[in-house]
Amino acid sequence: MNAKRRKLIYNLSTYAVVVIAFIWCQMLLNSGGMTRSLKGQLVPICCWITMAVSLNLVVGISGELSLGHAGFMSVGAFTGIIISGWLQHGMGMEDTTLRLVIALVAGGLLAGVAGVLIGIPVLRLRGDYLAIVTLAFGEIIRNVMNCIYVSVDGRALNIDFLNPNLPGKLLLNGPNGAVSVGKIATFTAGFILVLVALFVVLNLTNSRSGRAIMAIRDARIAAESVGINATKYKMMAFVISAVLAGMAGALYGLNYSTLVAGKFKFDQSINVLVFVVLGGIGNTLGSVIAAAALTILPELLREFSNYRMLVYAIVLILVMLATNNPLIQQVTRNLAARVKRLFSKKQPKVSVKGGDQA
Amino acid sequence: MSEVRQRPHTKMVTYPSNAVIPERDLGKNPVLECSHLGIEFGGLKAVEDFNLVLGRTEIAGLIGPNGAGKTTIFNLLTKVYQPTHGSVLIDGLDTHGMTTVDVSKAGVARTFQNIRLFGNMSVEDNVRIGLHNQIKYDMFTGIFRLPRYFTKEKQQHEKAMELLDIFGMSSLADVKAGSLPYGAQRRLEIVRALATNPKLLLLDEPAAGMNPHETQELMDNILRIRDTFQISVMLIEHDMNLVMGICEGICVLNFGRVIAKGTPEEIQSNPVVIEAYLGKKKEGGQ
Repeated sequence: MNAKRRKLIYNLSTYAVVVIAFIWCQMLLNSGGMTRSLKGQLVPICCWITMAVSLNLVVGISGELSLGHAGFMSVGAFTGIIISGWLQHGMGMEDTTLRLVIALVAGGLLAGVAGVLIGIPVLRLRGDYLAIVTLAFGEIIRNVMNCIYVSVDGRALNIDFLNPNLPGKLLLNGPNGAVSVGKIATFTAGFILVLVALFVVLNLTNSRSGRAIMAIRDARIAAESVGINATKYKMMAFVISAVLAGMAGALYGLNYSTLVAGKFKFDQSINVLVFVVLGGIGNTLGSVIAAAALTILPELLREFSNYRMLVYAIVLILVMLATNNPLIQQVTRNLAARVKRLFSKKQPKVSVKGGDQA
Repeated sequence: MSEVRQRPHTKMVTYPSNAVIPERDLGKNPVLECSHLGIEFGGLKAVEDFNLVLGRTEIAGLIGPNGAGKTTIFNLLTKVYQPTHGSVLIDGLDTHGMTTVDVSKAGVARTFQNIRLFGNMSVEDNVRIGLHNQIKYDMFTGIFRLPRYFTKEKQQHEKAMELLDIFGMSSLADVKAGSLPYGAQRRLEIVRALATNPKLLLLDEPAAGMNPHETQELMDNILRIRDTFQISVMLIEHDMNLVMGICEGICVLNFGRVIAKGTPEEIQSNPVVIEAYLGKKKEGGQ
């Protein structure tokens, strides 16, 4: 089996996992076999999966530790809410699907702009310094969001800093956050967003630009010596990641009737990082599964009530230990080899052809 | 910043080449011209007053004891360090103020003393990364898989295989670069450097860790690369068989200064060189 085919199978299985999970959830929803609390988690799960996939682009594929990812989510969320509110109250647009799409695109674009602005100074730094500065930027974005007031007055959109006395209907009320948001996010939209994120990240990694990004991660000096502009490609990864995070944020914001900037604290950035690390750095499918599992887990642990987060932490530690255990790794590798042999037996033609080429 | 000139693709000629190398205008239209090149780290003069003219399709050797500043010169030529003195002209183009990327585009490719491959990627992908500026398409074409993506990817694949074939490595295309044996990693670095379509190839200890048989093969390959791609080669090497065997000109460095220059025969019999390597004979020695 050659590398290209292996990559194709990996990509297809990533999409397949998402599609099968979606169909399964839809079936559960239709049959009424899903609890209320889990139903409420469907859209956030999609958002967190998108966040994990996009952060994986920076941490896993570009190899830079970014701790401010929730900041981009926050930018996307509030942009999405404002745009959606403006379209609804200012422009009188009632079509929720169209509003959602426009809000997502706008959220992504503005987060992308924030990504460029932050990327310019940040990507000059390396390693720990980059992590610390992104962390600071995440906090700055949160604090700025706490001071912005936005209202819609007729068709006009009023934006002010530290001044709540704006004419018209208030969309963003400073530290009180967004109030009376139209809940227009749907599970289907979340599913499509996840597919878009996977499409972008997986296709990028299998292209010229993606290879350049990974080359810089593996050996920066060597990459520059073959003519790859390191800053440009690091920026590319950072901004694409920010755009996806912004879109996830917009969807997340439009899933709740109120939203405060405090929701996108430093812990959320770390949370997303946990998804990425648990799923395996650089492994997109792993990020998807980890994000979904770790978002559902606290819901499933409700019966532990006060000890919920304690159990969550213990489970996390156990999973980390298990995935790093050489014995367990060996077992999974053997299992994979056995599955592979099973497949090659079924298609003897392929193996013969492969042997000829070698 | 001076603009990087476009240059035509080099055509491959078949090997073994018995063609007379054209344009052998040594010195008249040189590929590399260093004058008074130097760098200081703090007060330490790592390289001082380095002058060299390298003609088209010439193979030059850079030798000297450890710490003489050989690799530093490579780093100066590829702008990993910015020189504090002097100038470097690549094919007549002043490299003042250029970055490593610009120098690569201007036609200088290099390998590294401590191998720097993209270890997590396949052998083919390593070569494809070398083709980064040769076969291009933009990010959106890549993400949205436009028709151009497929034609360019195919071109990249074919070109990569063609280049890997030089060292008979095309069967290893799918192997992870980091898991290759040492000699193969060194060869892959050369292939990756060649993929950038260079005019000047800088090899930093290409034979390090190779056995005599592999070294002999490498010598043949370097000559073959020179003939097929019509490029100049400059190499740092401690293996004197290799240096004396294929280099047309040799430059000896010691403590950052050039102590001798000349043909292999001249260098072998040069007392200054012998002194630098083996030390001075005792006055009235035994």
